[in-house]
Amino acid sequence: MFWRMIARTLVRQRGKMLMIAFTVILGVSLSTAMMNVMLGVGDKVNRELKVYGANITVRHKEAALMGDLYGLNEGLGVNDKHLHEEDVLKLKTIFWGFNILDFAPLLDGRAIVSTGRGKILGDLPVTGTWVRKHAQLPTGETLDTGLRALRTWWDAGLEGEWLGEDDDSSVMVGRLLADTHGIHAGDALRLSRDGRERTVVVKGIYTDGGNADGRILGTLGMVQALMGLPGPGKVSSIEVSALTTPDNDLARKAAQDPRSLSPDEYETWYCTAYVSAICHQIQEVVRDGVAKPVRQVAESEGAILNKTTLLMILITILSSIGSALAISNLITASVIERSQELGLLKALGAYNWQIALLVLVEVMLTGLVGGVLGYFLGIGFAQVIGQTVFGSTIEIAQMVIPIVGVILFFVTLLGSVPAIRYLMALKPTEVLHGK
Amino acid sequence: MSDTILELKNVSKIYGSMGKGPSPSLRALSDINLTVNAGDWLSIMGPSGSGKTTMINIIGCMDTPSEGSVILDGVDISREGAASLTRIRRDKIGLIFQQFHLISYLTAVENVMVAQYYHSMPDEEEALEALAKVGLKDRARHLPAQLSGGEQQRVCIARALINSPQILLGDEPTGNLDEENEGIVVDIFRRLHDEGVTIIVVTHDPEVGDVAQRKIVLEHGKIIQDIDQSATFGQLSHLIPTGHTAHP
Repeated sequence: MFWRMIARTLVRQRGKMLMIAFTVILGVSLSTAMMNVMLGVGDKVNRELKVYGANITVRHKEAALMGDLYGLNEGLGVNDKHLHEEDVLKLKTIFWGFNILDFAPLLDGRAIVSTGRGKILGDLPVTGTWVRKHAQLPTGETLDTGLRALRTWWDAGLEGEWLGEDDDSSVMVGRLLADTHGIHAGDALRLSRDGRERTVVVKGIYTDGGNADGRILGTLGMVQALMGLPGPGKVSSIEVSALTTPDNDLARKAAQDPRSLSPDEYETWYCTAYVSAICHQIQEVVRDGVAKPVRQVAESEGAILNKTTLLMILITILSSIGSALAISNLITASVIERSQELGLLKALGAYNWQIALLVLVEVMLTGLVGGVLGYFLGIGFAQVIGQTVFGSTIEIAQMVIPIVGVILFFVTLLGSVPAIRYLMALKPTEVLHGK
Repeated sequence: MSDTILELKNVSKIYGSMGKGPSPSLRALSDINLTVNAGDWLSIMGPSGSGKTTMINIIGCMDTPSEGSVILDGVDISREGAASLTRIRRDKIGLIFQQFHLISYLTAVENVMVAQYYHSMPDEEEALEALAKVGLKDRARHLPAQLSGGEQQRVCIARALINSPQILLGDEPTGNLDEENEGIVVDIFRRLHDEGVTIIVVTHDPEVGDVAQRKIVLEHGKIIQDIDQSATFGQLSHLIPTGHTAHP
């Protein structure tokens, strides 16, 4: 009898039930889309943010100390402290190696620079780096990395071309330096240091927007030879671009001192891609290295990701509230319209909870149909957002199904509250005798 | 047949503040005393506003008195809560309404089964038998909109009878019927009375009021007449039109 009454009511009130289903479809589709995007967007947003360059730098611990204490980035005690080039590829072997997207070693030094016609331009900063290094890892995997992947924005204002990885006879010059000294792509420069000389051709003029605009950039091998450093493969620092998880209290505590963590906290922190955890792991493989997050970039990534997530949560909450209000109005209108019938059921001996159950089951069934349709529509919306904003598909998160189910249940339940309260207060005498 | 099934002792119903607030109160029933024996057929008459509906609401466990007590089948129901009144109403009272109040999307037999469902278990065979008693077995699968007013009222009576209530309460049961259907309904009441069902009917119609075994007249919330019609009871068969009967 119960289900017969439910079925007949759904058919008889199909107009209102369709409106309720439509409301649920809208709410659920929006929630589904937002949650799928929210859960799948972290890496995508991170990758988008990689255009802003490296988010971790690794320096020799003593050079880093000079920087921390005295703000020195070059000179005695900084430029003479070096990391080992052979350690650079070990970055891909750390626990979060797959999150290390790109990296490049940098060797900073100074050289007397003169033009091809002998005009001395001065003692200018020179940096050597991997431009586009093709390397084989100890695991047998190969990778391509280098500064070119970390300075994608140089492409926009580049005059001339990028250096080749093994192009030891060419350099690139920063825009500021080039404009100051009238250097153009194709010009020849002579670099000399402590009696060692290299004649190079300017292959490109780049615009960085930072300190690099005042530097000359060459291959790592050429600058190492020019600097005449003792021993093989010295580098000043390593720039790393890594996918990271926004910091939380645990990450901040660990960043202060990982030894302050309990074993469980340490394990959680170590196995999460916090920037501090990745820095810690980098230090484990780079001898004498101190890895530090480039705060501005790391924090921007975290802030943008957090704000994006917050925005999507807000949209989900607002759409749920909107759905609950709309459902509330529709159910209340339906119950008022049926007050005589429901009053009759009370007069025939139905308890309040039995009538409330009748109405709730009707609404829940309608909501369920709307929810299923809304879920699939939401997946479609998520893909549209993925293609439009990130140019790729959004992976469907299975965990969205129970979350949407719970939201749908409570939205429908909360939306039914005013109607249920009306039902509870409904007196059969008032609707059956027309008083 | 002389056991008391219902007793109203000094029952009053006062709407409003009962003299405790600024708004005036309305005394719908005033110090009513009434005893109904099992198997009685009682009609309650009176002008509009005399308190008939209030009285039937209280007897039907849909309202409670402000003062006094109502003893139904030996239980004082005047201070019971809503859930308890619902249970008592379900088990002991059968309700017949002037406007029938059938559920429009259920067939005649399903309307009867709704009362079964909230009482115990729906039983279609039993529901069909109840419809047969009021002469509507062949109309069991029709929706209310496909039935005449008289037929709808007979479905309403079948629904009221399905759980074998101790009291059948009718609120203007013939108020919306023509004379022919009025006769059929009264005939059903007569048969039910013969079977020992206690019937209490509120009516404006003197002819329906007069066929009862006993008639009380209310005015301004008070019983002004209590007439034993046993002497003339059963002699008003003119209400049953020739050739029409509710017997199956």
